[in-house]
Amino acid sequence: MKQGRIVLNQQARRVTALADGKLLLDNGNPLADSPQWLAPASGTVYGVALNHRSLLEQLEAEFQQPPYQKAPATPVLFIKPRNTHAGHGSVIALPTQAGKVFAGGALGVVLGKVANKVAVEQALAVVAGYTVVNEISLEETSFYRPAVKAKCRDGFCPMGPWQVDAAAIDPLNVEIRSYLNGELAETHHSRDWLRSVPQLIAALSQFMTLQPGDVIIPATPLRQLEIRPGDTVAVEIDGIGRLENRLIAEESAQ
Amino acid sequence: MKHARIRLPGEADIHAVLVNDDHSVQLADGRRFAEEAVEWLPPAEGTVFALGLNYADHAAELAFKAPTEPLVFLKSPATLTGHRQVSVRPDNITYMHYECELVVIIGKTAKNVSREQAMDYVAGYSVCNDYAVRDYLENYYRPNLRVKNRDTLTPIGPWWVDRDDVANPASLTLRTWVNGELRQQGNTSDMVFDIPYLIAYLSSFMTLSPGDMIATGTPEGLADVVPGDEVIVEVEGVGRLVNHIVSEAQYADRLLTK
Repeated sequence: MKQGRIVLNQQARRVTALADGKLLLDNGNPLADSPQWLAPASGTVYGVALNHRSLLEQLEAEFQQPPYQKAPATPVLFIKPRNTHAGHGSVIALPTQAGKVFAGGALGVVLGKVANKVAVEQALAVVAGYTVVNEISLEETSFYRPAVKAKCRDGFCPMGPWQVDAAAIDPLNVEIRSYLNGELAETHHSRDWLRSVPQLIAALSQFMTLQPGDVIIPATPLRQLEIRPGDTVAVEIDGIGRLENRLIAEESAQ
Repeated sequence: MKHARIRLPGEADIHAVLVNDDHSVQLADGRRFAEEAVEWLPPAEGTVFALGLNYADHAAELAFKAPTEPLVFLKSPATLTGHRQVSVRPDNITYMHYECELVVIIGKTAKNVSREQAMDYVAGYSVCNDYAVRDYLENYYRPNLRVKNRDTLTPIGPWWVDRDDVANPASLTLRTWVNGELRQQGNTSDMVFDIPYLIAYLSSFMTLSPGDMIATGTPEGLADVVPGDEVIVEVEGVGRLVNHIVSEAQYADRLLTK
């Protein structure tokens, strides 16, 4: 099943997307118009940095130098706070005076159960479903200090359009395709992740309790897909859907 | 006025309450309960920002130069707890320390706010104890979530006080006591980046919303704490937050009997 959240008459409502593409509201009524989508989940969004081999291999030598001294031993985590959460179709304002901005096509793992010190073998049992995420970021020149200014701008974490049930996806075999203005621009695959989804759920839940509605972004690739005002960016995962957003300049948004 | 969020024993509902001078709480329906009779929750809900190295003396203590731009990191609700709750010291570590901090509670949506206007966006102030487990520090997104976002390691509260009840937030004494002994003392006047600067800085690249909290950093005077310790952090004129350290086994027992 595909389940999403939309805004109707200024209220957040749940919708179900049927196989033929029709949308049903939470009261069973069909939805005629294309809705204003919200992110399908509303909990904390945890991202995992440096989990993609392309990125790690490129930085291997640098990580032996100051300030890092050695390669990371545990998952490198960040938070995408509530001001970054956005839905499919939302228009995202990009700064024009802050350097390059990059798309971050990614999987979103949506939790369905409370997860506290979960074993790797049991980890997938706490997953409710999966969604598509675009983990947008300014260029990252350092992984030493938290990247709040680069990653936590308004609208920099669109998710959706919906989440699909956990059974629909094998998180060890996911291909993520990113499109710029309709053209395929980047493809990456879960086989290039250092840690798998079950390993990440186990690692995160070792020290913090995850809640239903929380989302884990297991990996974003090396930042190569630059996005600019005027572009339309889409991220697609087979079996989940296509998340599309239009980009404008911050100045024109104010 | 002091505002808090509490639960009554055995009930699931969360109540927004006002706190009296004797620290009893007043529910909207008029019922009144003593400080010890309720479960204190974090006093607000929103994005939690925290500041690293925002007191020059503390930066020196950690052998760092004070940063030239605010060193901001985020916390999630997973790590938050309230007044008179417990915090877990992980097994097999060598150093877990408290950090007494003044917390700013945002009261209005803030985007591109100037320093001069910044205080208009403050609802009030609270206190937090931003514990850290130093053994887990790695030099990636430092300080990382494993150090700073562990279950129960960010007590906050007991309440928040209205902005206008604090005459000068840039001149408040912070103090930490461990088992009744004064261990940490500083003053908000020593902040590297003050409250108006932090609000202007954050709102220059992201929107702040009511309920968002900014933990503004801690002065020098850190020390290890162990299971059995009572740790009290206090910000003058704002509040006094009590917390007890437990072991992993003690915490597991508490969860079972809760």
